[in-house]
Amino acid sequence: MSLFDNPYDSESRLSCACGRHASKAAHEADAEVLSNQALETAVLKALFPRDGERRKFLRAVGANAAMGAIASLFPLGALQAMAQEKGKLEKKDVKIGFIPITCATPLIMSLPLGFYEKQGLNVSLVKTAGWALIRDKVQNKEYDASHLLAPMPLAMSMGAGSNAVPMNVATIQNSNGQAITLALKHKDKRDPKQWKGFKFAVPFEYSMHNFLLRYYVAEAGLDPDKDIQIRVVPPPEMVANLRADNLDGYLGPDPFNQRAVYDNIGFIHILTKEIWDGHPCCSFGVRTEWVKENPNTFAAMYRAVLNAAAMAAGPENRATIANAIAPANYLNQPVPVLEQVLTGKYADGLGGVKNVPNRIEFDPVPWNALGVWILTQMKRWGYIKGDVNYKSIVEQVYLMTDAKKRMKEEGIAAPADMPKKIIVMGKVFDASKPDAYVASFAIKKA
Amino acid sequence: MRERAKSWVLSLLLLAAILFAWHLASLPKAGPTAAMDPEYAKLMGLDKPKSDGMPSLATMGTTIWKHVSNPFYDAGSNDKGIGIQLGYSLGRVALGFFLAALVAVPLGFAIGLSPLVHRALNPFIQVLKPISPLAWMPLALYTIKDSATSSIFVIFICSVWPMLINTAHGVASVRREWLNVARTLEAGTFRTCFEVILPAAAPVILTGARISMGIAWLVIVAAEMLVGNLGVGYFVWNEWNNLSLANVIFAILVIGVVGMILDLLFGALQKAVTYVE
Repeated sequence: MSLFDNPYDSESRLSCACGRHASKAAHEADAEVLSNQALETAVLKALFPRDGERRKFLRAVGANAAMGAIASLFPLGALQAMAQEKGKLEKKDVKIGFIPITCATPLIMSLPLGFYEKQGLNVSLVKTAGWALIRDKVQNKEYDASHLLAPMPLAMSMGAGSNAVPMNVATIQNSNGQAITLALKHKDKRDPKQWKGFKFAVPFEYSMHNFLLRYYVAEAGLDPDKDIQIRVVPPPEMVANLRADNLDGYLGPDPFNQRAVYDNIGFIHILTKEIWDGHPCCSFGVRTEWVKENPNTFAAMYRAVLNAAAMAAGPENRATIANAIAPANYLNQPVPVLEQVLTGKYADGLGGVKNVPNRIEFDPVPWNALGVWILTQMKRWGYIKGDVNYKSIVEQVYLMTDAKKRMKEEGIAAPADMPKKIIVMGKVFDASKPDAYVASFAIKKA
Repeated sequence: MRERAKSWVLSLLLLAAILFAWHLASLPKAGPTAAMDPEYAKLMGLDKPKSDGMPSLATMGTTIWKHVSNPFYDAGSNDKGIGIQLGYSLGRVALGFFLAALVAVPLGFAIGLSPLVHRALNPFIQVLKPISPLAWMPLALYTIKDSATSSIFVIFICSVWPMLINTAHGVASVRREWLNVARTLEAGTFRTCFEVILPAAAPVILTGARISMGIAWLVIVAAEMLVGNLGVGYFVWNEWNNLSLANVIFAILVIGVVGMILDLLFGALQKAVTYVE
């Protein structure tokens, strides 16, 4: 392990990117294993959300039999093959857009830590000023691929709020990783019922931020369209607006929640993890047309980001990653702020130190059910109207479904949509009955 | 000469007063670190001095030196030295301004020469002139489908009007006697335009160009903040993103100085073509 080797020893080799291997070759071999493991872990986690059940199952049938059983249910082989096919790259120079927030961690860290390079890609990451601009630049074909909010590819594919451009989600960038931040003067107003008349910001209309904030205040009996004001403000400008007293709070992406604390302007009211543990946040998206034109390049990008997500999933790597993405070229933020976000040991702005290791998580699989939940909220708040064919829309956009279609063709029984339960503020979501879910809310627009 | 020396002294005194006020405003305030849990203080970054709010004069000095001493560094596609950023902004302004001059001067000539064209185009000019250049941005992004071209278009559209109106005004107010003399000398339209009207109207046209350049420099910063990716405006946005006031103030100073130099250049040009009647 080169991390613990003496760096002054002329015999020691320090050539591995993550610092856990003796040589670059060992690192690469391990990265491949890691990426396969990430997929298998995701599937196992989905099948057995509770560790106890998984252990019982493994003990009962044995690890090898379990592997076989799961492989017969789920085309792990096909997915792994897809992640390993190394055809000739159609396009080596790839332009990827991003917003400087920690949600973009896997796609940003892939550049300084060499994940793109390893796939033979010459990536230029372009920092972008706001989500509407990201949308336009993806639609204008200025970007080959981009960091997108998880609901954006769905909205863009349906033409909600823009032209309809078919999009695909390769991976979910991160889950959790947001928070509700309030101005310090509101530190005694911790009950959302007291928030009538507050001015809140979210980064974009088609964002988890918007839907989670609406959900949260609606649970407290406030109508987000009447009782509070929700504005669209680009993430970097949220802190400045909070300082200028132009906002009472925001449900924003990190590092801007932690930054408000660090600059002594606001405090973290709750992490979005407490609203829905494991909710998706941002995604890594491409135009469907682009995937068809550049399948090998797409596969290479997919491998790079998947590998990065696997590394980011390890808590022991988080400090390395914080240092890699902090420079002005990427997030342009103080390292201590990023460390607090990524490690989950943070100052809450009220004098307390909290320790929440899964404050941000990196689970790259774009489960259908997540997309369906997003669509139910778009329907609930009037962003989409009429009958919505939830399932088929999500299946077209989230690439997980591509695998499922292939399974059906092969005659393999597909597992139910994401066996892991989606529980938002104590309420269980059944992805097979989206309309009933929408109808069950007292406060809604539709 | 003594007057000039006096004005210099006054300017320096004003500068000193401003700097002193700045110094007083940015004096460090004693924080409540002592009573705080040391771990919490560390997470808040209070164990080390950190820039909080208004930078002190010393911080400002080091910031300016850091940027000025290494203006052309290139640390990746989103982090380049201030010299490179300025180059991008000036290039965009020059291109948009040049295109605007290409349209505005001939069109201004036509309007100035022909009352008919003037009356026909006037309503359009009156409606389009007061539109804020940045209001064009979303439309430009949507139709042009390229952010770099869009920002050049925005420079173009805001530079066109002052040049157009001034050219038309300059051409229309060339003294009748000169035109009559040209006519008696049987000079052709082309020759009259280039040898009589253009030199006569040149100072007014350049006044228009000077105003246009000033507006273009104002607009590019805003446009780059909106569109991002290189340029002085992007630099300001990126440092705002980092809430670094010292860097933002540095950028403001640079924008001011460059704007002043541009204005001086056009002033000199204007002087060169002005004639004494």
